[in-house]
Amino acid sequence: MSNERIVGTAVPRKEGREKVTGKARYVDDMLLPGMLHGATVRSQIPRGRIRKITFNPGIAWDEFVIVSAKDIPGKNCIALIGDDQPCLASEFVNHPEEPVLLLAHPDRHALRKAVDAVSIEYDSLPALFTIEESERCSEVIWGADNTFKTYRIEKGDVDGIWAKADYVVEGEYSTGAQEQLYIENNGMIAALDAQQGVTVWGSLQCPYYVHKALMTLCHLPAEKVRVVQMETGGAFGGKEEYPSMIAGHAALLAIKSGKPVKIIYDRAEDMAATTKRHPSRTRHRTAVSKEGKILGGEIEFTIDGGAYATLSSVVLSRGAIHAGGPYYWPNVRIRAKAVATNAPPHGAFRGFGAPQSLFAMERHLDRIARVVGLSPVEIRRRNFLKPGETTTTQQAVREPIDLGDLLDRALSLAEYHAKRERFSNENQVGTTKKGMGIAAFLHGAGFTGSGERYLSSVVGVEGCADGSVRVLVSSTEFGQGTKTVLCQIAAEALGLRYEDVAIAQPDTMQVPNSGPTVASRTVMVVGKLVESAARGIQQTLTLAGMLGDPYSADEFRASCRSYVAAHGQLRSWAQFEPPPDVFWDDQEYRGEAYAAYAWAVYVAEVAIDLTTYSVSVNDFVALQEVGRVLHPVLAIGQIVGGVAQGIGFALFEKVIWQKGRMQNSQMTNYIMPTSSDLPPIRVFFEELGNVHGAYGAKGIGELPMDGPAPAILNAVEDALEIGFDSIPLLPEDIFEAITARTLARESEVAGGVR
Amino acid sequence: MIDSLDARAKSEISLTVNGERKTVLALPMERLLDVLRQQLELTGAKEGCAEGECGSCSVLMEGTLVNSCLVPILQAQGANVVTIEGLAAGAQLHALQEAFLERGGAQCGICTPGMILAAFHLLSKKPGPTLEEIQEGLSGNLCRCTGYVQIFEAVVTAAHCRTSLSRGPNEI
Repeated sequence: MSNERIVGTAVPRKEGREKVTGKARYVDDMLLPGMLHGATVRSQIPRGRIRKITFNPGIAWDEFVIVSAKDIPGKNCIALIGDDQPCLASEFVNHPEEPVLLLAHPDRHALRKAVDAVSIEYDSLPALFTIEESERCSEVIWGADNTFKTYRIEKGDVDGIWAKADYVVEGEYSTGAQEQLYIENNGMIAALDAQQGVTVWGSLQCPYYVHKALMTLCHLPAEKVRVVQMETGGAFGGKEEYPSMIAGHAALLAIKSGKPVKIIYDRAEDMAATTKRHPSRTRHRTAVSKEGKILGGEIEFTIDGGAYATLSSVVLSRGAIHAGGPYYWPNVRIRAKAVATNAPPHGAFRGFGAPQSLFAMERHLDRIARVVGLSPVEIRRRNFLKPGETTTTQQAVREPIDLGDLLDRALSLAEYHAKRERFSNENQVGTTKKGMGIAAFLHGAGFTGSGERYLSSVVGVEGCADGSVRVLVSSTEFGQGTKTVLCQIAAEALGLRYEDVAIAQPDTMQVPNSGPTVASRTVMVVGKLVESAARGIQQTLTLAGMLGDPYSADEFRASCRSYVAAHGQLRSWAQFEPPPDVFWDDQEYRGEAYAAYAWAVYVAEVAIDLTTYSVSVNDFVALQEVGRVLHPVLAIGQIVGGVAQGIGFALFEKVIWQKGRMQNSQMTNYIMPTSSDLPPIRVFFEELGNVHGAYGAKGIGELPMDGPAPAILNAVEDALEIGFDSIPLLPEDIFEAITARTLARESEVAGGVR
Repeated sequence: MIDSLDARAKSEISLTVNGERKTVLALPMERLLDVLRQQLELTGAKEGCAEGECGSCSVLMEGTLVNSCLVPILQAQGANVVTIEGLAAGAQLHALQEAFLERGGAQCGICTPGMILAAFHLLSKKPGPTLEEIQEGLSGNLCRCTGYVQIFEAVVTAAHCRTSLSRGPNEI
């Protein structure tokens, strides 16, 4: 490994220069001649049947292009896993942001007034807004019982353990919706060409998801739909599926008007209408021995999917598999369920179900520690998974991970023991209470179970006429460094300089389907394929007798130039093939859930100000084993950025709902961390390597989202001796709990006197 | 008809942008952001929230950092405006741009133009800022990708290259 030259170094970001000079082109920076601007008329009620649509006077309606469900050439749905979500409501609406009509006009300022001048009358239907309301089934809003999907993971004999338990510890934990809040709002441009069909340019994560959705919606063959990703200003999962909706809308307006149409959401529309993290509820019931060993337990994990199925089944799957954390469960039963409510569909957000179920696991473990009388450190040490043991899906841990060592190192870096001792003295006086909290967790990289097998991703590497090399993938860059790392991998594999390798802008006319850019799979899975395709180029040149061994970068370029001059093209493809020893049972939910797990221990230090009831995070240590770090600066950037979002998830970001509608859809009232709100976030890596990933890499992007919330809430409990089991945790929640405790103590004292 | 009405309502506004004198025809309440992006084709300034909260539309006006989404063009009459496009001297990047590249201060890049200008503004007032001063100085510019740490490092790195900072046509 040590002889690698490019992998493991901090080469400059491929598109960095464009980004720091303002030249990078995002979708709103693009103009086409004769382009119209599009806008969406939405339902505004949670559930009902459309009775009448009126175009009110005062608007020059003949200047507008108007599209309704009747104008859809193909199937009225946004094809994803299922096809239950309409592109435009035709008869029924099922949430308050449901698109009903589309308008387009040459002057974008004319649109707002026109959208407001459309009145829709409904016969209202009863609606459901919480997991509990959906479970009661007083009203059936989806399928037979409001349930999108259930899973059951079963290991050992759970029913037999309760009698053997010294303690049975129960808890219920919940997490709120969270907005991805990429700084670039969603946007799309569509154009129609009689020969070429429909082309869309946009801010998106998954070009081939949009491609599939447009084929279905517009009733077009694959070659008549082209999807191009523009520079994308943040995504975090939030541009995984909804771009298909916006692309569909822009395409419908372009088809009807014959002109290019641009739809750019403003912040309020983006926050209210597009997907957010699934709200969740997790119930734990755990049998524990007096030594603090987990004997077994039941975990019930439930998420609110909103009005349509979209990605909920997959989010649920990842949440369920991560629900047991990095611990050994001899017996366990995990029941997972995604339910329907009349809110806009919830979707992908970094971590994808795991931050929700791991929050519950890590809070619950601190609860168990208190019941048993052990420290948060000791309870974890006694239950950590060890090599040879199996996870809840009965996947054996095959790598030499020592979670006890990882924990010790994290505690030492955080000065955990010294600080805890100091705080327990200092907390006796004053109005600031300090505490330390731990979270230990794992995150599976790549698609769950058979996912990668179904995807069967393809990547290409191309030798160019000038002798340079170009990577062809549909994997998208939206901040993580996709372009940079994939070019590093190709350059390393071919013995070239980093500057000799470029990467194509994702465009479905140019690049193969290398799968969606999600699930922390890009470096590990797609990177491995890039490595293999790159070697194919070298083999071709060698077999043609045009490249010696060894060769210099310049010799390679000369050889590549000659080959392309002689043969016209030099391309090599690689397709994913599942490793032979991987077993996964989709029915029983058992086996190798992920090709690799990253492991982590995070430690948070918090201070609560009892005059304002606000929590500040004063120090944060993030230690993780992520296989091989291929680019140290990008890797640190992923961890720090994820931790910052995790701190927001824990302490700042609250979506306020009213009848299925987000009420605080502005940056002034939905609060994300600013540069003044964050502690020093200190990042450390362990690198064990990984046989499945390119140059030993595992996935890294989602991992840091999992740990901050439980570490912080565990620290708050350490400081206040009050446990909070619900996030976001806001000052008013702390005020209420402290007031309740004070009142309870006062009445105890009063009772004692009497 | 509407066009001609508009044309009558529009005023001629002159301003200096990145050292060049520009005259535009605009409605008085048009946003500086729109004039920069649409008329002057300087798309480095981005619209993130349209209410002055995120800072991705930040530009320098008379040496002060402003949210160009909140500035009516009339207010920019005669002003000296610097956008991200004016920071590099030709192919030579500004020290802050170099530092953002080197330290990982830019991820998705959408907040980057505003963030770099905010950092430029900070360093013009405080050439050797403390961490607290950097945190405070950039707190009007939101970044969702980085968690800010590498941005702080970039500002510190650039601050160490004072000589580079005191050059360029748009020195304020």
